[in-house]
Amino acid sequence: MKRALSFAGIVLLILFFPQNKGFSYSTDPKQFISEIIDDAKIILNNKNDSKKIRAKKLSDIALKTVDIKGLSYYTLGSKRKELSEDELKKYERIFKDYFIKSFTSRLIDYSDPKIDVLSSEEVNAKYTIVKTVLLGTDKKPEVKIDWRVYTKNPDNPLIRDLLIEGLSLARTQKEEFASILSSNNNDINALFKKLEEFINN
Amino acid sequence: MARGIKVFIRVLTLSFLVYTAPLSASEKYTASECFEGVSRATLKFNRGLDNAIFKPIAKGYRTLPVPIRVGTSNAVGNLRSLLTLSNNLLQGDFRGAGNTAGRFAINTTVGILGLFDPAAKMGLEKRGREDLGQTLGVWGLGTGCYFVLPVLGPTTARDAVGLFGNTLIDPVYQITHNNEVMDRSYSEHNYYYYKGTDAVDFRSKNIETIESLENNSIDFYASVKSVYLQNRIKKISNTLDTDSKSQDDSDWEEIDNQ
Repeated sequence: MKRALSFAGIVLLILFFPQNKGFSYSTDPKQFISEIIDDAKIILNNKNDSKKIRAKKLSDIALKTVDIKGLSYYTLGSKRKELSEDELKKYERIFKDYFIKSFTSRLIDYSDPKIDVLSSEEVNAKYTIVKTVLLGTDKKPEVKIDWRVYTKNPDNPLIRDLLIEGLSLARTQKEEFASILSSNNNDINALFKKLEEFINN
Repeated sequence: MARGIKVFIRVLTLSFLVYTAPLSASEKYTASECFEGVSRATLKFNRGLDNAIFKPIAKGYRTLPVPIRVGTSNAVGNLRSLLTLSNNLLQGDFRGAGNTAGRFAINTTVGILGLFDPAAKMGLEKRGREDLGQTLGVWGLGTGCYFVLPVLGPTTARDAVGLFGNTLIDPVYQITHNNEVMDRSYSEHNYYYYKGTDAVDFRSKNIETIESLENNSIDFYASVKSVYLQNRIKKISNTLDTDSKSQDDSDWEEIDNQ
């Protein structure tokens, strides 16, 4: 009986793990990005799943591989120092939903994206840049995408920014938030409202 | 010609009026607003114009067979390279000038008026475009304030000066607008056909990118401004570098130490 259970356990392991890589991505930044891209491709190419299910699966990848909390603080800039603990918690929660929606809606309409992982460059102990290219089609030109991977904890690399043709998405988002705050007397509730509108739209 | 030189000197004088001191790493990505309310309204107007005219034309252009689009893109790019050549020289980038001149000579002759790009196969790879706004940036002029021009889109005080100055150092503009030395067959209209085709080609290559930015922005005006300024910094430094120097990490470091 014990043997049979052990065998069943091994079979389950073999069957389950290759399909559910989410348990752990590689700690090598280049391999880490490569695996994320492969997983995203599988999800985007699986037309048997509904759009909603594909979006959910993509968001699961983002939750595991992106430093969402760090990004939320970064995009808020120095305003984060002025917020109360409750406001900061509320912001973190809203930002997470906003980020996931923005992330999945950018990707969900892609089908069979061809991305080549070219190289990686360790900038310093904290960051490695992984260079990739979204191959061009007869309609769209080739796009260079650099992934800024935070490697302070080498066992748990996290994505902190995407540089599309050298333009930082994190910086763009930060400047968007700063613009909303400055045109609303620096009122954080105005930013909450805008983010919630985007989430519920 | 003498009139052209006079106007060029005026442009340079004007450009020094928008001179600002060199900026720190974090400041260089931002620019103050010249008149934000007007700029926001102009951007709204431009989007309306784009949806009504430019985007449909770009979509129509995309239905053309690939060889026609590639050939058109190559040909307008080849003409545009003459302005790049002027700016390579003004920036003292003689290596770049050699590359641009070599590409132009080969593609205009072997490449049949620029329709094909044999120069790339001969090792003269396509480089980025240069304009007078970039040249002024290379010379150390600050961006000046940011605003949006009707039809032409986002710009800064420095780039607006450059936009005007481009016409004076663009051989294509000079050939098509100077009847004293050139045949009348090179009428002014040809310049605007070429610029219009270049704009449609650019728009058709960026339909999805602009749609994505529109759909995922909570403040489209701020997104456009950020993307525009980052892109100009990148072009002025002629780099796609993503090393630590090109990123302002002070905020991240503060977050990490919290």
